[in-house]
Amino acid sequence: MSTEWPLWEVFIRSQHGLAHKHVGSLHASDAEMAVKNARDVYTRRSEGVSIWVARSSDITASSPGDREALFEPANTKVYRHPTFYPMPDGVKHL
Amino acid sequence: MYAQLVDTGTSKLRSLADMSPEERAFQQRIDADVKVEAKDWMPDAYRRTLVRQIQQHAHSEIVGMLPEGNWITRAPTLKRKAILMAKVQDEGGHGLYLYAAAETLGVSRDQLIDDLHAGRVKYSSIFNYPTLTWADVGAIGWLVDGAAIMNQIPLCRCSYGPYARAMVRICKEESFHQRQGYDIMLALCNGTTEQKALAQDALNRWWWPSLMMFGPPDADSVHSAQSAQWKIKLLSNDELRQRFVDQTVPQADHLGITMPDADLKWDAERGHYDFGAIDWSEFQNVLKGNGPCNRERLAARVKAWDDGAWVREAAVAHAAKRAKDRGDRHVH
Amino acid sequence: MADAVPPVAMTGDDALLDYLLRLGDSDVVLAQRLGEWVGHGPVLEEDIALTNVGLDLLGQGRMWLTYAGEVEARSCGRGRSEDQLAFLRDGGAYRNLQLVELPNGDFAATMVRQFYFDHMHLSLLRALTGSADARVAEIAAKAVKEVAYHVERSDDWVIRLGDGTSESHMRMQQAVDRLWPYTGEMFAVDAIESALIETGIAADASALREPWLAAIDAVLAEATLTPPTGEWMQGAHGRGGKQGIHTEHLGHLLAELQFLQRAYPGAQW
Repeated sequence: MSTEWPLWEVFIRSQHGLAHKHVGSLHASDAEMAVKNARDVYTRRSEGVSIWVARSSDITASSPGDREALFEPANTKVYRHPTFYPMPDGVKHL
Repeated sequence: MYAQLVDTGTSKLRSLADMSPEERAFQQRIDADVKVEAKDWMPDAYRRTLVRQIQQHAHSEIVGMLPEGNWITRAPTLKRKAILMAKVQDEGGHGLYLYAAAETLGVSRDQLIDDLHAGRVKYSSIFNYPTLTWADVGAIGWLVDGAAIMNQIPLCRCSYGPYARAMVRICKEESFHQRQGYDIMLALCNGTTEQKALAQDALNRWWWPSLMMFGPPDADSVHSAQSAQWKIKLLSNDELRQRFVDQTVPQADHLGITMPDADLKWDAERGHYDFGAIDWSEFQNVLKGNGPCNRERLAARVKAWDDGAWVREAAVAHAAKRAKDRGDRHVH
Repeated sequence: MADAVPPVAMTGDDALLDYLLRLGDSDVVLAQRLGEWVGHGPVLEEDIALTNVGLDLLGQGRMWLTYAGEVEARSCGRGRSEDQLAFLRDGGAYRNLQLVELPNGDFAATMVRQFYFDHMHLSLLRALTGSADARVAEIAAKAVKEVAYHVERSDDWVIRLGDGTSESHMRMQQAVDRLWPYTGEMFAVDAIESALIETGIAADASALREPWLAAIDAVLAEATLTPPTGEWMQGAHGRGGKQGIHTEHLGHLLAELQFLQRAYPGAQW
């Protein structure tokens, strides 16, 4: 039996209103320990008010090889951005 | 520095034209300051070099807990004790962030720790020197952390994303370490004659080893060019060393203590301090294992790891039992 | 108790000073022990976590000792600082529990010592948040949040290691049994505490024993460990750490803790 504790990814919400953000990883033997270790390792300077942990092996990531196919098409959809639409001078609240 | 001699497996740089298409694309991304991420394609040599560099750095943090930890139980005031405990604890955290960065490259922490314990991978030579007095705790914070920060700030911009992000976090936390060291030195130098003598003695013993932390002179750094091309080493050893001397000498002046170097003097023409020759044979010997504390440091790490084996095993066994209980309940 | 040493009659601020030293010294001494673990833990994450516990206790100890010095100042005109109290008293003037001065031993002994202490500590601090002395209540209120977390951690480890492997179970059972005789002192009330209980300043430690036992037993049961039944308790009969009577270990602990202040008298650090 391997005695290396599984790896967990740690997500911390720094203050109310912001989303959880990935801050790093750590080892723990189970989920409860992972939350406590995250508290001790990643919030020593009052960095957070909420912690999520997930087994690193449970995370599915996009493949770097698909980067162009996944993300470049969005670059051509400039009409999704408000700056695409010129507004006449003097028109307000738009 | 914390990673003083990293073998890149190559001593000759290749131009873009000599590279395979994959390698060329990789180098071009680095040249364009695009970060390399864990799942991206990377040359084997880049991966191997990074694993070695990051783990040397991580081991240095962990072994580095020992010389200062030596004074936690003897800190002179409760406040100093709390600060030192928090500081040494931070070093543990930094080791942890760095091991995690190395783990993204496909090695496990257990493997990395095994490399350290088997002597296959080094840690910084500086931690093989003894902490004989309380002033050594001040000198380490001031000089050793000062030198470390100088090296680490550029690494926040290095090409490997997980390493760069770990360095950002470390630098943020590290900023109090050097100050607390200098604060200890200030208290000693403003104290009794005996205390000031402790401060001078610590400077005498830590100054040259601190300069050695930056690694061999550029002329002897066979792997630096490749590391620079990969942007995992951003400034040269000599460049960083000179910056460190320039920054530190006025700080010593302020304390009223002097560097143990008769050749140290301001060179107005260069705009830098000139300093004496470093005894590189001492450096090589400490790296080889002949420093004053090499054996003790490694033995302490191995003992902590071996003594903790039953704890780690028990936690895994307990988690497995609990997972099974939950599975059983789920079935019923 | 029949065999109790008749305590020196102490009232008012003198008694409060002694009581504050009892609270503060146990924190400082246990923090000193946990400080020995820094850099030597079984795994990096736990090294960091255990140090947080030590830092919490050290912080709490400093608050109690600082207040002790202030009480001393108002009662006799000259109060000692936290450092004078911590670094310049000999063992006989230390008022910590014997339990916390015992050597760390292995990780099992360290965690069981912590487990026994944390559960008492939490209920004591909870009671003290209602102290008639506003400063005592204030310090307790701050400490109680930290100690609630210590209890959670200690429970987790006792359960995990008790119900882990056969080796961990054996080590834990040994530690549970060996440290048991040092738990009685935590709930022993002498004349000094009685006087302060009457005025609503101190918590009645004797009333904390039953709930403590219930909590300990529940965790030990989950950990598949057998609760000790021994009745003999060290230092519980008015001759324990709270009265300045210690094990041989405290002297060595203080020799290390106090070295610099003793070697360089009067120096500022």
